[in-house]
Amino acid sequence: MDRRASFDNLWLAGALVAPQILLVVVFFYWPTLQALYWAFSTQPPFGGTNQWVGWQNFQQIFTDAVYWNSVRVSIIFATLSTALSISMALLLALMIDRQLAGHKAYRFVYFWPYAIAAPAVGLAFRFIFAPDAGFVSAINQLAPNLWNPALKGWDAMILIVIANSWKMMAYNFIFFLAALQSIPRGLIEAAAMDGSGVLRRARDIQIPLLAPTLFFLLVINITESFVDSFGIVDITTGGGPARATDLMVFKIYSDGFKGLDYSMAAAQSIVLMLLVIGLTFVQFRYVEKRVHYA
Amino acid sequence: MSKRILAAAALAATSLGLAVPAQAQQRIQFEFWYGLTGRLGEIMEEHCKRFNDSQTKYEAKCVGQGGYDKAEQNTIAAFRSKQHPTLVQIYDAGTVNFMLSGATYNAPDLARDFAMKIDWSGYFPGISNYYATSKGQMWSFPYNSSTALLYWNKDAWAKIGKTKGPETIEEWWDDLRAMKKAGIECGFAFDYDTWMPLEQFSAIHNLPIATKNNGYDGLDAEVMFNKTKFADYMKDWKKLLDEGVARIQTAQTGKTILQAFTDGSCASMLSSVANHGVVGSTAKPGLNWGVAKLPVYKDFKRHNSLVGGASLWVLQGKSKPEYEAAAAYIQFLLQPKEEQWFADVTGYIPVTQAGYKAMVDAGFYADPKRQGREIAIESLTFTPPTAVSRGIRLGNFTQIRAEIRSELEAAFTGKKDVQTALDDAAARSNQILRRFEQTFKGKQLP
Repeated sequence: MDRRASFDNLWLAGALVAPQILLVVVFFYWPTLQALYWAFSTQPPFGGTNQWVGWQNFQQIFTDAVYWNSVRVSIIFATLSTALSISMALLLALMIDRQLAGHKAYRFVYFWPYAIAAPAVGLAFRFIFAPDAGFVSAINQLAPNLWNPALKGWDAMILIVIANSWKMMAYNFIFFLAALQSIPRGLIEAAAMDGSGVLRRARDIQIPLLAPTLFFLLVINITESFVDSFGIVDITTGGGPARATDLMVFKIYSDGFKGLDYSMAAAQSIVLMLLVIGLTFVQFRYVEKRVHYA
Repeated sequence: MSKRILAAAALAATSLGLAVPAQAQQRIQFEFWYGLTGRLGEIMEEHCKRFNDSQTKYEAKCVGQGGYDKAEQNTIAAFRSKQHPTLVQIYDAGTVNFMLSGATYNAPDLARDFAMKIDWSGYFPGISNYYATSKGQMWSFPYNSSTALLYWNKDAWAKIGKTKGPETIEEWWDDLRAMKKAGIECGFAFDYDTWMPLEQFSAIHNLPIATKNNGYDGLDAEVMFNKTKFADYMKDWKKLLDEGVARIQTAQTGKTILQAFTDGSCASMLSSVANHGVVGSTAKPGLNWGVAKLPVYKDFKRHNSLVGGASLWVLQGKSKPEYEAAAAYIQFLLQPKEEQWFADVTGYIPVTQAGYKAMVDAGFYADPKRQGREIAIESLTFTPPTAVSRGIRLGNFTQIRAEIRSELEAAFTGKKDVQTALDDAAARSNQILRRFEQTFKGKQLP
């Protein structure tokens, strides 16, 4: 069966998609090609003549322990923040879906964090978690030096994971809630009449039926944590202490814009792009097989 | 069809037209970008306003960029897309990038072309040497200039029976330990900024940071700070931290060193004289504080400290009237009256000897509010600059500072031994220098 749609008026169809294609070309393909060229040459900060250097930029990246450190912390960050934001969002969505008291107000406010710009989120969490002056400083009064993201790498990592998950959770929540509400009530009610409790219904009916949403969110969250975590890191930890939160995307920024080494940054962004494409491919190839679309 | 194209073109033209100010301006405008932020950024705006109010021919449009590094980044990005300003404030560490950029309209040329009255030998030697090319010319105009000082809490020192700030580093450490015994929790607050401990420290001890006279003699310089007394200095800092007499204070810990000093929680810090005004206006009531020259190790002879701050660069690709306006602006800033106003509201030092003299004669430094600011001049002019106390001219120095910062973080948090961390920082700094040399292959430092 041929499911492809066909158009009689190709000119019209072309004209209708042209703006979109133009946007993609201008904002995606063209910069990508530019980055690709820079990645194989050296670009002076003020522009001018590039020198072709072949694979040198990539060689330098892959032999650099600091670069591998940033890959490592990026993976840790992506794993932790995806797990935290998805599980918390699922929990909240299940609660709201049960229509507990005040659920309408909660449904409304849970989405708000996503509307806040990442640097603002970062600033808020920096204040909350500041070891000397923040809300959390109470912990340090009970147990001195227990919490100090300015000095301890893991504390800084936890800080950016929480900040990022808090923001992403809002996004995930809306998708989960929409998916939960599309599950026929009859199924849930039937299970309830058969005597299954809340947890059992969630485990055996709701979560399996959420699989497509879960998969979609997994892909989106992992991608976002790799490419869109810059704002939070820049404000809260600045990549420190001692590079403990020097995520790949932050390193691209600091090498390129602070260090004015556009070529090295371009090479790193090519690597990051390939990594994200690769991860998405793996998810579609292997994880999607376990997903049943209703 | 052609009608439609015409209509579209007309539409585009009107929408472009909207971006242009409705009425023609009488004054010649030019854009000036600055990097200073906070109170100092507001003062930049005020300085512009003073210029605009002082005459009717030109109008400076001053735009803050949210930080020195951002001012440099934004200028470069803007230059690449030909949207750059005529005049820009670039910090000390960015000097070499602009010298090699080929994008600048150099100060001597501007002064000649627009008949500016500038006494090049009237600048403080410590300032002019820092910015000068190998031929002794300055390509940019020194603007806000500062140097580092020791800020000390007189009440804390009084608790150990002293009325003077420490002269030597050994004395300073002894004082800190004595204060700890006297019940002062935090004697010294520091962060990971390298300007005070590396750059200023090396200058006043006449120690090289890199070969080739700190890079002034060529792009093939290599750093060597890991092999000088600076390494011992950092080991001492780590020891102070471990003994609990010093503390790390950054925005991430909740308070910067400045805040920790002004609220009285830490008894000393190293900071720029530019903060003299801010400390005065934000100190908690009754805080009794003073400034002193940076302490030196007792086996070393004190040398001049380095100038910090920024200079003004004029960029290429602008119109003659815009250059004329920028030249008038620079000429305006150099008037003794303006130098004094600027020094008064900030803490920055005057850049010309004539400006300084006028201020001394007017009794500027006798005012108790400004007590100690003359120490900055004293420190800057302590000896004539030597080949290494002259300054630093290393490519991509911003990134080198960042590498040292990261390694110091590792050292002070106990992840690495101090020497190992500094060796690693030096190795990475040399990579950056080689990379810079490669990117600017075939170019020579002017």
